Amino acid sequence: MSIFHLSLMVAISGLSLCLVLASIRFALGPSLPDRITAFDLFVANMIGIIAIYSELTGNEDFIDVAIILSLFGFLGSISFAYFLMKRTDRHG
Amino acid sequence: MDNVPDYLLIREIVSSFFILLGVVFMLIASIGLLRFPDFYIRMSAITKGATLGVGLILLGMAIYFNQADMYFKVVVIITFTFITAPVAAHVIARTAVHSKVPFWKPTNLKAFQDYLKKEVRIKEKGEIKK
Repeated sequence: MSIFHLSLMVAISGLSLCLVLASIRFALGPSLPDRITAFDLFVANMIGIIAIYSELTGNEDFIDVAIILSLFGFLGSISFAYFLMKRTDRHG
Repeated sequence: MDNVPDYLLIREIVSSFFILLGVVFMLIASIGLLRFPDFYIRMSAITKGATLGVGLILLGMAIYFNQADMYFKVVVIITFTFITAPVAAHVIARTAVHSKVPFWKPTNLKAFQDYLKKEVRIKEKGEIKK
């Protein structure tokens, strides 16, 4: 295990700590938009973890997963916000 | 022959430097998400920090692989993230203003008063129409 692998493992554990912090905010977020932003951070963290994992294993195919995930994360947060806007329009 | 530098070692060093820098930005962003007092401040922390962190991590990965298609894919992801993150943040913040998520008490809302009134008026008009 070289220093390079060790630094990649440190980076993956840092991103996992980010996931834990974001899930704490997801659990106790007082409002629904808080949870949407926490979900946004989830997606960004997962893109970073996939990138570091594909570098750690030397497998270049996983980067396509990161492309699709960035696309779907944007669509997910936009559709959540749209749904929330519709709901507030209807119920005041 | 001894003067040829070890390119793989250089790439590994530069790549791990960029990746660790990006992870530090992501950590700062998520600590901000957990500790800031208000929804709007939290969202500004997420939008800036996470976008820069993901960009740096992907750049480090592209430097490690050092191939043309990998650079292209990474540029596609970075461009897409840099375009869509502010748009998503704006849409979510407008939704939050619509659904009256409270501001932090020391926030200076003086320049924002007209917009708030207009939003509320539009909403009341919509309710009357129904």
